[in-house]
Amino acid sequence: MDLITVLLDGLRASVGPNAAIFALLAIGLNVHFGYTGLTNFGQVGFMMVGAYGTAIFVTTWGGSLWLGIPFGLLCAGVFAVLLGIPTLRLRADYFAITTIAAAEIIRFLIRSRAATDVTGGPFGLQGVSGSFRDINPYPESWEISFRNFNFSNQDLWLLTVAWVLVALCTFVVAMLVRAPFGRVLKSIREDEDAARSLGKNVFSYKMQSLVIGGVIGGLAGVVDVLNTGGAVPEGFRAETTFFAYTALILGGAATPIGPVVGAMLFWFMRVGIESFIRELSAQSWPPDWLTNFLDGQEGVIAVACMGLTLILLMVFRPQGIFGNREEVVLDAD
Amino acid sequence: MRRTLVTLGLIVLALGLMSAPASAQTDEPPRFEGALEDASGPVADVRIVVTEVIDEADATGDEPFAGETVSDADGLWVIEVPDRRGTYLVEIDIATLPAGVALDEEDTARESSISRPGQVRVINFALGGQDTGGTSTFDQVAQATVNGVKLGLIIAMCSIGLSLIYGTTGLINFAHGELVTFGAALAWWLNTQSLESGLILSAALAVLGGTLLGAGVEKGIMAPLRRRKLGSFQFVVVTIGMSLVGRQLFQLWIGEGNLTYRQYQIQTPWDVGPISITPRDLTIIVVSAIVLVGVATVLQLTRLGKGMRAVSDNADLAASSGIAVNRVILWVWMSGAGLAALGGVFFGLSEVVKFDMGFRLLLLMFAAVVLGGLGTAYGAMVGGLVIGLVTEISTVWVEPELKFLWALLVLILVLLIRPQGILGSKERVG
Amino acid sequence: MPTDGNPPSDPPVTSPAATLTAVPPTPGVAKPDPILTVDHVARSFGGLQAVDVEHLEFQRGIITGLIGPNGAGKTTLFNLLTGFDRPDSGQWEFDGDELAHVRAHKVAEQGMVRTFQLTKALTRLSVIENMKLGARHQRGEGFFAALWPPSWHHYEREIEVRADDLLERFNLAHMRDEYAGTMSGGQRRLLEMARALMADPELLMLDEPMAGVNPALRQSLLGHITDLRDEGRSVIFIEHDMDVVMGISDWVVVLAEGSVIAEGPPAAILSNDDVIDAYLGAPTTERD
Repeated sequence: MDLITVLLDGLRASVGPNAAIFALLAIGLNVHFGYTGLTNFGQVGFMMVGAYGTAIFVTTWGGSLWLGIPFGLLCAGVFAVLLGIPTLRLRADYFAITTIAAAEIIRFLIRSRAATDVTGGPFGLQGVSGSFRDINPYPESWEISFRNFNFSNQDLWLLTVAWVLVALCTFVVAMLVRAPFGRVLKSIREDEDAARSLGKNVFSYKMQSLVIGGVIGGLAGVVDVLNTGGAVPEGFRAETTFFAYTALILGGAATPIGPVVGAMLFWFMRVGIESFIRELSAQSWPPDWLTNFLDGQEGVIAVACMGLTLILLMVFRPQGIFGNREEVVLDAD
Repeated sequence: MRRTLVTLGLIVLALGLMSAPASAQTDEPPRFEGALEDASGPVADVRIVVTEVIDEADATGDEPFAGETVSDADGLWVIEVPDRRGTYLVEIDIATLPAGVALDEEDTARESSISRPGQVRVINFALGGQDTGGTSTFDQVAQATVNGVKLGLIIAMCSIGLSLIYGTTGLINFAHGELVTFGAALAWWLNTQSLESGLILSAALAVLGGTLLGAGVEKGIMAPLRRRKLGSFQFVVVTIGMSLVGRQLFQLWIGEGNLTYRQYQIQTPWDVGPISITPRDLTIIVVSAIVLVGVATVLQLTRLGKGMRAVSDNADLAASSGIAVNRVILWVWMSGAGLAALGGVFFGLSEVVKFDMGFRLLLLMFAAVVLGGLGTAYGAMVGGLVIGLVTEISTVWVEPELKFLWALLVLILVLLIRPQGILGSKERVG
Repeated sequence: MPTDGNPPSDPPVTSPAATLTAVPPTPGVAKPDPILTVDHVARSFGGLQAVDVEHLEFQRGIITGLIGPNGAGKTTLFNLLTGFDRPDSGQWEFDGDELAHVRAHKVAEQGMVRTFQLTKALTRLSVIENMKLGARHQRGEGFFAALWPPSWHHYEREIEVRADDLLERFNLAHMRDEYAGTMSGGQRRLLEMARALMADPELLMLDEPMAGVNPALRQSLLGHITDLRDEGRSVIFIEHDMDVVMGISDWVVVLAEGSVIAEGPPAAILSNDDVIDAYLGAPTTERD
């Protein structure tokens, strides 16, 4: 049983592109849910709009990637405004249902036959990230290759950009929430009528929060496009939002660094478990029925474990790693 | 009593999971199939050609697949394709259509894709007589209405529990879809894998299993968490986690393919005026309607039903007037999960059984309960019917692949007009 | 506009109530210097007429008590006047500005700040953050300014000084850095009032400021309310305890079934037959 392999697989995933993408998703969710109390369950919708905005601009319209990226982010922002106008005055539970529905509506539309000419329908769009790879400054000799912990120079280029974006977003959000602006957001999370009675324009702040977190979610979509080279509708299912919540809660909501650490830990665990099960079924000692059962199912089992993690976290450590226990206790009443 | 219920629930769950993963199902190659029919009945001996489209971007080196067949006496055709992801062109040879029958649409070919092992793609070409020029809109609406009533009754049955659980505990149960899948999967497993019992017996056992699962979830998870004073958002996230775990367990249990029950699959429809309905679908409609009337009667007339409505209305008040709130909640979970299981069996019967079928239905259930007002059983029934009708009738004018979109748009429209839901009441400030 | 510590007008020579000695105690009577004037404001829930006020004026610079039996529409009237609820019809003016259809946060910005019957302490913010939130016109509450701390730092320091002064005055200084959620019910009332004062309001509307407050804190709360008047602010408060109302109000308005049935100085209200019928004579129902 090679635990080093398992560990390296996990570590590779914890710094890989998916971890960075989830960190961005979770930072956006942190603005929405952690600081403003908006129970956005459609975060993947912002990611999808950011990704498809960029991909359509480049592949369908033949535009430049460097204009396509801001266009994708702009689309995510516009989506936030359009979504916010009817929904921001809803109660938290209705808001949750509506946002999840909105994300699914976008996905249905993107994959519909009627939209195939623009979005590629169920097949999605490819060939978006060429110009990003072309400007890779790292020579081919720059690569990390330590057993199964390996990244090519292209991987490293993507990771550099992705994690710089994560750091930048973390910094901007930290600046915002430490300023009086963030105090207003938190007051809305606590009690929006109180904020209103003190002269704060609650709708406007909620809208700004939705747009900020939505654009950061859109950025996650852009990084996803740069990573995979394109966008397919199946990549943007509701589960992604739930996993982003798992990452956020794992690290600790309403803390600046929580979403980043949470996303890294999430991918470490998810891929580590998969790797562990693969290693386990390669051993001779487990009985046949077990290896047969595990065969090819490591991904499914890993996701089940992440779901279980989410449940246990919520019950036993809802504040996550960096959160403040006292805050969570106060929230319960 | 409590321990017994939990144990029974766990046994049912464990039995399900211990059974051999249904690998046999996913070994079947993916296929395209369809039925050719015109106004006068099945159309036989029509040539169908399937060719694989190789995208230059991701050419894998595999030889592109090509195959063809002709429709049989029932108008049915099946073409199996290789077990890999692929994009295909499915073409109907209009030269082989009998005289007097024509294709209702311009394109003779459809593009479709296979993305999962064992996937079944149903491709139907609309045929009509050259003279009649297809069925009238009225006839189509009539047929869609029947389909809508069927879907609506299923949604209604599944949503009652969702709505009553919210009413009695304030929880939006994101794992409610998994209760639907559980019923369908357990019935399928009993029907085809283990007892090989008839579907009616299997369905009855599945409802019983669903009821026990509901009791187990309430007694084993929800009630203890309520005692821990978990916050409402934390509760929602716990159900999201349960939904994730549940879906993966179902996938381990029944695989990821589309499954069907042994009986009642291929039936000759009865024609009544413009409507054509199989005995199976008629049974689903009639039984669902009877069950819903039964639920309404129980809610209206029995002490338990009154208790449920009282707790939904105001839990504190109900508790202070001597109603055992926790018992009522347990009954809500049991009956809600049982109804969801039955709805799952019917949904699986009218379409296919699949590990994520309930999750796909969840948003429609949300739409139904929001439409009717969260917390009321009657609201869920009315909302479910409306959502089912909207979904199906939309297919008369708009592509069927977008049919779920309308239900979700209805949901958002309702909240635009009445943010508290149709039957909900506005909260007071201060 | 009043600023803290600097009363807007010269301290009144006579007691504020004296300005109303010439005003007859009849419902809807005109006042010499009204800060808030209400006309034909009506609101019904379902078939129930919750509020139906023909004409009502609130005098500037005094404490007005708003009383009435349960369900008389007191809180609903507060909600309507402060923009938290929409009336079916009616207009009202605050300090000469039309306020109908003005949204709640704008009402507060104009200097008419309310508190709530159920305290709304922002539990997961510290007491000092609660206080600082109350300040108006903090530039750092804008998105772009927030990203450039020098643009708001000095103002933040100013309001922090003001907040600390107020906390001292309300005996909350020792709780400064605690989460507001850890406070007792009475402390939350104090915090809510102090926080409202951070907005430097001309008119303070207090919804049952004494509910759930222990007797020890009660007296100091009463003192704070009279202090507000002595600073030159106007106060309208809803209260159930008749001793409190009669003790500190300069003027009392009685609502019953949504309408004003009486108004006048406390003494006149106590001897008003309509009030005794509608309110004092009614079987007393204890609030929860």
